[in-house]
Amino acid sequence: METKARPLFDGPIVRRAVVEALWKLDPRTMLKNPVMFVVEVGAAMTTVIVIDNLISGPTDDLSFNLQIALWLWFTVAFANFAEAMAEGRGKAQADALRKTRTQMMARKLIGRIDGKEEQIPATQLKPGDLVVCEAGDQIPGDGEVVEGVASVDESAITGESAPVIRESGGDRSAVTGGTRVLSDRIVVRITSEQGNTFLDRMIALVEGAQRQKTPNEIALTILLSGLTIIFLLVVVSLRAFVQYSEAEAGQVGETAATIPILIALLVCLIPTTIGGLLSAIGISGMDRMIQRNVLATSGRAVEAAGDVDVLLLDKTGTITLGNRMATSFISADGVGLERLADAAQLSSLADETPEGRSIVVLAKKQFNIRERDMTHLQAEFVPFSAQTRMSGVNFPGANGGPTHQIRKGAADAIQRYVGEQGGRFPDSVHSIVDKIARTGGTPLVVAENDRVLGVIELKDIVKGGIKERFAQLRAMGIRTIMITGDNPLTAAAIAAEAGVDDFMAEATPEDKLKRIRKEQANGHLVAMTGDGTNDAPALAQSDVGVAMNTGTQAAREAGNMVDLDSDPTKLIEVVEIGKQLLMTRGALTTFSVANDVAKYFAILPALFASLYALNSNESGPLADLNIMQLSSPQSAILSAIIFNALVIIALIPLALRGVGYQAMGAAAVLRRNLLIFGLGGLIVPFVGIKLIDVLVSLLGLA
Amino acid sequence: MGTLEFVQIGVYLVLLILCVPLLGGYMAKVFVGDKTLLTPIIRPLENGLYRLIGTNPNDEQNWQQYTFALLAFNILGFIILFLLQLFQGVLPLNPAKLPSVEPLLAFNTATSFMTNTNWQAYGGETTVSYLTQMMGLNVQNFVSAATGIAVVIAMTRGLARRSGETIGNFWVDLVRSTLYILLPLSLILAVLLVSQGVVQNFDDYVPATTLSGESQLLPQGPAASQIAIKQLGTNGGGFFNTNSTHPYENPTPLSNFLEMFAILLIPAALTYTYGKMVGSVRQGWVIFAAMLILFIVGLSIMLVSEYQHNSVYDVTGVMEGKETRHGITNSMLWGAATTAASNGSVNAMHSSFAPLTGGIALLNIMLGEIIFGGVGAGLYGMLIFVILTVFLAGLMVGRTPEYLGKKIEAREVKLAITAILLPSASILLFSALASVTDAGLDSRTNMGPHGLTEILYGFSSGAGNNGSAFAGLDASTPFYTILIGIAIWIGRFGIILPALAIAGSMVKKRVAPPSPGTFPTDTPLFIILLISVILIVGALTFFPALSLGPIVEHLLMDAGQTF
Amino acid sequence: MVKAILPAVRALIVLTLLVGVIYPLLVTVGGQVFFAREANGSLIEVDGIIVGSELVGQQSDDPRYFWWRPSAVDYMQGSNLEALGSSGATNYGVTNETLDTLVTERQTAFVDANDLPDSVDVPAEMLFASGSGLDPHISPAAARLQIDRVAEARDLDREQVADLVERYVEKPQLGFLGEPRVNVLRLNIALDALE
Repeated sequence: METKARPLFDGPIVRRAVVEALWKLDPRTMLKNPVMFVVEVGAAMTTVIVIDNLISGPTDDLSFNLQIALWLWFTVAFANFAEAMAEGRGKAQADALRKTRTQMMARKLIGRIDGKEEQIPATQLKPGDLVVCEAGDQIPGDGEVVEGVASVDESAITGESAPVIRESGGDRSAVTGGTRVLSDRIVVRITSEQGNTFLDRMIALVEGAQRQKTPNEIALTILLSGLTIIFLLVVVSLRAFVQYSEAEAGQVGETAATIPILIALLVCLIPTTIGGLLSAIGISGMDRMIQRNVLATSGRAVEAAGDVDVLLLDKTGTITLGNRMATSFISADGVGLERLADAAQLSSLADETPEGRSIVVLAKKQFNIRERDMTHLQAEFVPFSAQTRMSGVNFPGANGGPTHQIRKGAADAIQRYVGEQGGRFPDSVHSIVDKIARTGGTPLVVAENDRVLGVIELKDIVKGGIKERFAQLRAMGIRTIMITGDNPLTAAAIAAEAGVDDFMAEATPEDKLKRIRKEQANGHLVAMTGDGTNDAPALAQSDVGVAMNTGTQAAREAGNMVDLDSDPTKLIEVVEIGKQLLMTRGALTTFSVANDVAKYFAILPALFASLYALNSNESGPLADLNIMQLSSPQSAILSAIIFNALVIIALIPLALRGVGYQAMGAAAVLRRNLLIFGLGGLIVPFVGIKLIDVLVSLLGLA
Repeated sequence: MGTLEFVQIGVYLVLLILCVPLLGGYMAKVFVGDKTLLTPIIRPLENGLYRLIGTNPNDEQNWQQYTFALLAFNILGFIILFLLQLFQGVLPLNPAKLPSVEPLLAFNTATSFMTNTNWQAYGGETTVSYLTQMMGLNVQNFVSAATGIAVVIAMTRGLARRSGETIGNFWVDLVRSTLYILLPLSLILAVLLVSQGVVQNFDDYVPATTLSGESQLLPQGPAASQIAIKQLGTNGGGFFNTNSTHPYENPTPLSNFLEMFAILLIPAALTYTYGKMVGSVRQGWVIFAAMLILFIVGLSIMLVSEYQHNSVYDVTGVMEGKETRHGITNSMLWGAATTAASNGSVNAMHSSFAPLTGGIALLNIMLGEIIFGGVGAGLYGMLIFVILTVFLAGLMVGRTPEYLGKKIEAREVKLAITAILLPSASILLFSALASVTDAGLDSRTNMGPHGLTEILYGFSSGAGNNGSAFAGLDASTPFYTILIGIAIWIGRFGIILPALAIAGSMVKKRVAPPSPGTFPTDTPLFIILLISVILIVGALTFFPALSLGPIVEHLLMDAGQTF
Repeated sequence: MVKAILPAVRALIVLTLLVGVIYPLLVTVGGQVFFAREANGSLIEVDGIIVGSELVGQQSDDPRYFWWRPSAVDYMQGSNLEALGSSGATNYGVTNETLDTLVTERQTAFVDANDLPDSVDVPAEMLFASGSGLDPHISPAAARLQIDRVAEARDLDREQVADLVERYVEKPQLGFLGEPRVNVLRLNIALDALE
């Protein structure tokens, strides 16, 4: 999906969002958002009053009330627009996906043995059905390859154009409906119901159609509703208190406390900023995941990602580059280094494993030993076998001399081999081997016939910058645990080099599961990545389980996120997005509530401007509260309500992008966000309302 | 203000801070069940009480059982007190031969004492008999305070326990609060008060022939024993009509100091008890600091406002409603303490304070009685604000908000906002009703903005379970006895029930160990945050009402206007 | 249900006995044993007649006595013992018109009665009613302003009365608590004794 570079305000999306914003004015839709529903009711009431003004003849208040009514409608529409924008970005993606889901036909196998097929629409497939896909066919549904191997184009889902291999058995057996077979023939067992395929779910997810409020969003909605009720009571009771004061001051009916103005006050006080942007924030959190090619099955999962404080990371691919590499040659006593390197290179020439390649590369780098032609040497490659646990090469000696038999392998295997040849395994080599193992390397001993030549040191190469990344995570309070099949000694050394907090050596999937349970019992939330079927229980148990898209169907079902790029390092980004989502909510809530202070100082003095005035043309004592020196009571009220509406629009980019995120400890993050959104929330509206007031009075609107 | 004035305030605050860890540590031991100095003496009595009540002190209750026991005990106490008043005319220990109390007034008074409010719609020496005072009001003074402590201890357990179901045994908490804390302190304070001249006898009222040859009837009674607990238990219901302005209730500056000190002593110390019980004394100090800062700020505004030159009378230091022996400073200190702490006793008449002074007293109550607050009630009210603060600001660190390692989720937010909403709603709506109906308006003594403040203060005092009054308001009318009675019920159980429910839901939660990613709740920044949330929520709710009451009255007073 | 309520009934009975009966009795015994005078109202007898309590103020407009403060309840003093109310205050707010009027009247009355210059600052407690309506004290300044009147009415030497007043000025308790004040009843009784 080519989503990464999409601009925030994309023309078509904006146009569609504007229309959507108006559709969403339907009160039944609005009810889902109590705060904005109150605004809509207020807007409707004000409109009724305006219409009444029109019918019963123009009054002084007409234009003013009309402006209030308009701005109240704008407030609701702006909030709807924010939501529609967030949804629109998802919808654009959904449309792209939908195009791939054309009317597909499936070649269903009727009998397994005779290979009889029938053509049925993909929509009629049931789980358990077997279908055949050959080069050019679209895979009709999610399933598991049960037979064959094929290269598959998954770009419709992942946006990645390079084809991937899918084969029966093992960890790369899952195929996704809507992807296309490029070569060969596979038989797929359908695993998911039509309408509930990966593609369907993906479309639903990015569209936000089935978006449910996350736990945290529900809690926040309750809080916002509570505040709304409080302010509703404030405004209702204020009407009575004003009536009391008017009577006491002998000014019955003289203050500005009309219904439209009280509604304006209410709307300014209730947390419309966060109320209007809340769902946009949630949707865009999912959206940000999708832009990083991570599909979360629910908003709850994205939220949980923010809470995660333990990461289980597979060593290979995440912490270290995929494979171990040769880093040095250490020769045995009495053997020249170059001879060792030469033998090592010879033994590895035909070895296509990454380790083997790295030995050839190292020999060239250190001693400029060039590659030689195996056939020319009449060499015979001895591949690695589970029995011998060695690999090597045999070639005839010069001038018919004895055959050279070069072997490399684990120390104990070579020791046995050398012993069989009547040679001796020197103690000095033993100590070299031990030393390498202790420091986290893998020793490969090289022998020629009965003679031990020396040791090749293979090492895991820790990815650049990963240590700093872990340090940042630690500062954020997240512990990293490295999972590896290595022995404890090796694991410890790599763990130390990578700077993880803990490691699990010789880890089996069961160990992983046990570890997750243990961490959870201690109150931690755990995230992990996995791809194999045997990872599935651990993925299901973890709070955030990111399955690799290349993994098995079982793994993809068990996790609550799927990484389409199959990049285990992305777990860290997933956590960051989760945190950013929560932060954005908190920041805008704080901002919204802090705004109220300024709004009080705009509206209350306006409301009470003439109350208890000694003479009818003077202002009353409460005009002293007009610390912003707003030009007139009407302008003050209008400015406050305009500010309140515009601030929603102004914050849409922030809601969609999320607040600026830095890896810091909670205390530092809090200080920073409080300063920006708390203090800022206090100050900004004072400035904003004053500016709007200047403008409003310049334009003569009030 | 002179140096002596500052010294008095300074001594008061320093002594308070010193006593917080002493008494707080002691109370923590009491509720954990550790041995204390008094254990050898009290333990046998305590065990005897458990047998008589019929409870096994080792049997713990879940939050529903705890709440049920609490409600049963409180409602029963209410009924008994109600009946005592209805029949006091025919019951013994009534030397002044007072008649039985009117049912509505009896309802209001029973409500008010059962809930630790001690709103006095009645006049002490002319309404209730010694029997009602001792076996009714006095008993509720103790047990309503003990109930408050029990609730906060239960809530503390809910937050502190690593996970489980039970939050303690109500009967144990009730008995321990009474035996180990309230009773010993009251005994000491009562005797000290007698030494200062607070009456303590069962004599008839004494007739005197004054210097000018007229008669004066000097009231008597077992006052000291009741005054001690009404101060310590933040009850505040006076033995005499004018409460601690009455010379028999508060005769000397020393008695004044002791009574004033007793107001804040237990509520302040409970913060330390809390810290001890949740395993981090800092958590307790943070709450104490927030309370102390709010208290000092409020007190300062009251002092400045009261010492301001009054342009209506051209006087600096209006003495209306104040006693000469206490002067202005001690009246302000008491006024700040009694409104901050939901005590409600007075040593000067709040209605006659300068408008902004009275306004701060009112705001102290409106904020929810959490600046020290009622015994127990202040802290559990504050904890509800803490939960709200953690939720509001906690999101900003990018994690589901946690307090003491426990997640704050929808259920807790719902309960917390309910606890804040209910009292505020009753203050605003009932005051609104009173301010536009004849039934409400006819009770005023003062007109203009001050009349509105009287009404607001009455309902705030009820909903905040404070009990003090802008006593110009005639609260003995059916309108006010009923509505304030209802406000009191809402203000008490509208917070206790959510608090216990929060305890019940929090106790089940797993505790996440603290890490650098955890939102810190034991730092100066959190103190600021907590104070901001309290002020913003409180101020935003009540600022419009306050601006039409005390604030506009202040401005009008400066302009020399009267009503 | 009944089983659950039973502990509540028992607890209320037991605690009522403990804190409603035993506790006040204990305090009464302690008070009566150690501080009998204070526990019984700090009464003052002159010639076998109880003239009042040291702690409770009285009302007087007799020029021969020092005057107490204004009181909302006339110091619960009167001719009919049965009709005496309770302690009480006006609860007037500072913007109350009635209070404004009263203060002006009291100011004039005090200045006139004591034959003071118009410019004198009448101490605030003489203009405003106390909280209890029973305040036994006035400030030393308020007492001093009355010296001339009392001395004249009693035909006493001014210095003698002034000395007496100074002797009855109470300093802050423990050196720092409360305000300096004069107990008017004790001063007046001492005044009577002077003659």
